[in-house]
Amino acid sequence: MAHIPGQPVTAVVQRIEIHKLRHGENLILGFSIGGGIDQDPGQNPYTEDKTDKGIYVTRVTEGGPAEVAGLLVGDKIMQVNGWDMTMVTHDQARKRLTKKNEDVVRLLVTRKSLQDVVRQSMLQ
Amino acid sequence: MDTESTYSGYSYYSGRSRGSHRHSERSRDRHKSRSKESSRSEKSVTIKAPPAQPLLGDDTNQGEEVQDDNWGETTTAVTGTSEHSISQEDIVRITKDMEDSVGLDCKRYLGLTVAAVLGLLVFLTPIAFLILPQVLWREKLDPCGTACEGLFISVAFKLLILLLGTWALFFRSPRASMPRLFVLRALLMVLVLLFVISYWLFYGVRILDSQDSNYQGIVQYAVSLVDALLFIHYLAIVLLELRQLQPTFSLKAVRSTDGEAFFYNLGHLSIQRAALVILENYYKDFSVHNPALLTASKSRAAKHMAGLKVYNVDGPGNNAAGQSRAMIAAAARRRDSSHNELYYEEADHERRVKKRKARLVVAVEEAFTHIKRMQEEEQKKAPGEVMDPREAAQAIFPSMARALQKYLRTTRQQHCHTMESIQQHLAFCITNNMTPKAFLESYLNPGPTLQYSRERWFANQWTLISEEAVTSGLKDGLVFVLKSVDFSLVVTVKKIPFIKLSEEFIDPKSHKFVLQLQSETSV
Repeated sequence: MAHIPGQPVTAVVQRIEIHKLRHGENLILGFSIGGGIDQDPGQNPYTEDKTDKGIYVTRVTEGGPAEVAGLLVGDKIMQVNGWDMTMVTHDQARKRLTKKNEDVVRLLVTRKSLQDVVRQSMLQ
Repeated sequence: MDTESTYSGYSYYSGRSRGSHRHSERSRDRHKSRSKESSRSEKSVTIKAPPAQPLLGDDTNQGEEVQDDNWGETTTAVTGTSEHSISQEDIVRITKDMEDSVGLDCKRYLGLTVAAVLGLLVFLTPIAFLILPQVLWREKLDPCGTACEGLFISVAFKLLILLLGTWALFFRSPRASMPRLFVLRALLMVLVLLFVISYWLFYGVRILDSQDSNYQGIVQYAVSLVDALLFIHYLAIVLLELRQLQPTFSLKAVRSTDGEAFFYNLGHLSIQRAALVILENYYKDFSVHNPALLTASKSRAAKHMAGLKVYNVDGPGNNAAGQSRAMIAAAARRRDSSHNELYYEEADHERRVKKRKARLVVAVEEAFTHIKRMQEEEQKKAPGEVMDPREAAQAIFPSMARALQKYLRTTRQQHCHTMESIQQHLAFCITNNMTPKAFLESYLNPGPTLQYSRERWFANQWTLISEEAVTSGLKDGLVFVLKSVDFSLVVTVKKIPFIKLSEEFIDPKSHKFVLQLQSETSV
């Protein structure tokens, strides 16, 4: 998933639709994110490319809406409701996910296993 | 020496000294028997020496004898040789030393006399050049005033400088005798000789024969000779002293018996000079050769092959190679548990040494507290019990003697130190206000060979074994061996690598840092 600046990013993605849960007065999605263009990409355990500054899912709470929707730990979030997440700061990502007037977030996520499967099927 | 004493001071001392004397006699016997095993070519008549008993057993024997109440009568115990006779080996060794020393002196003196004669000749030549015309044809000489006198002064001072330089550089007692000629020095002497001879030839033909009247020219000729001599002296300094200072080779010297190794950095030297440097450093770097420490591995090696016997069932064919190969294969195959023994034995030994060391340190510290240096004023007050360092050492020695002896026996160093030397060392430490730890330093670690007295060195006669000529220079990959009687030093030469040093400039303002955040937000 290495990105060459200037080239379009191609990835095999999965569509995940998460319905936010009302918890008290907050709408929560049930996962945690890490990463961003202002963060240190070298600490990312979910990717081999240590220069990848994308947003990754670091934790998925048990039984939460994200787990129900099929989000896995280590997924890289490419789009949220049409907004790009590959070149955003950590705070911008947080804001896009936690908009109060949205009940549903539609994510496009990619993960390594998806890439591998596609590559294998292309080889065969 | 390991029993408590109930005797008075003096009898204790004499008993101990006799014990230690016999002890050293025993160690000499042991050394002799062991050196017979090594490859000495002299045949010797074996007087029946006592069998080399294990060290501990030997000393308990001794201890029992001293413990006997009638020790005065029973000290004439059975030893192989009496204390005053010399065995055949000693005689051979003494004669060998004597003839070696006589041979050495002749060679040394020959070299010295040649050099001295040459030096005298060279020194007197300019003076002769100046004096001869005056003596032989004074009337015909042109008068030569201030110019000549100026030249006389310069000749005098240059000769003085040359004399001082030669004294500083060459008048040193030789520190070794080498197997072959020192090539550079010989070449320089030949050069000086040729030089002076050519000057004399010219002088004899052109000046003496024709009786030249230009005295100033003659004086200038003498000055030029002295200048050239000074330049040759400079050349001698560069060739003999300066050239080898820049380190070019790194020599690794490994002792063959226990693998102790040291590295030395040397410049361009001939093999024999490099061997000399290594030997000079041997006495201060390598710990003293201790044959008692080598017996363990020898006995293990003997046990490896001991259990196997080879029977030749195919008739009297001489199948030596096949036999040895079969033995090696069999030895490799059988289940050998000697590594286990070695491990436990070493662990045991470590523990024993540490325990003995702890007891020794405590005993010595306690002994040292009994001694106090007396100040000047106090000296006048109590003149009765004042002792000089030697008596003080003798007074506190008995309390630590046993612990020290046990420790030395455990670390197999007891033959390196006599009771006399220990007491001397103790007196030395007391005189110089040393702490118990400083006193023990020379017993806890086996020190370099120089620290011990000459008889314990085991390293007095050296032979240089080399495949290249010993006057050739050092080269990368060269190996030569310095053989002594009991062990040898194997020396390998390696070239010091060419170092490529590059620089990198760091602007002091370029040290900047950013904070790396790794935050995780839950949404």
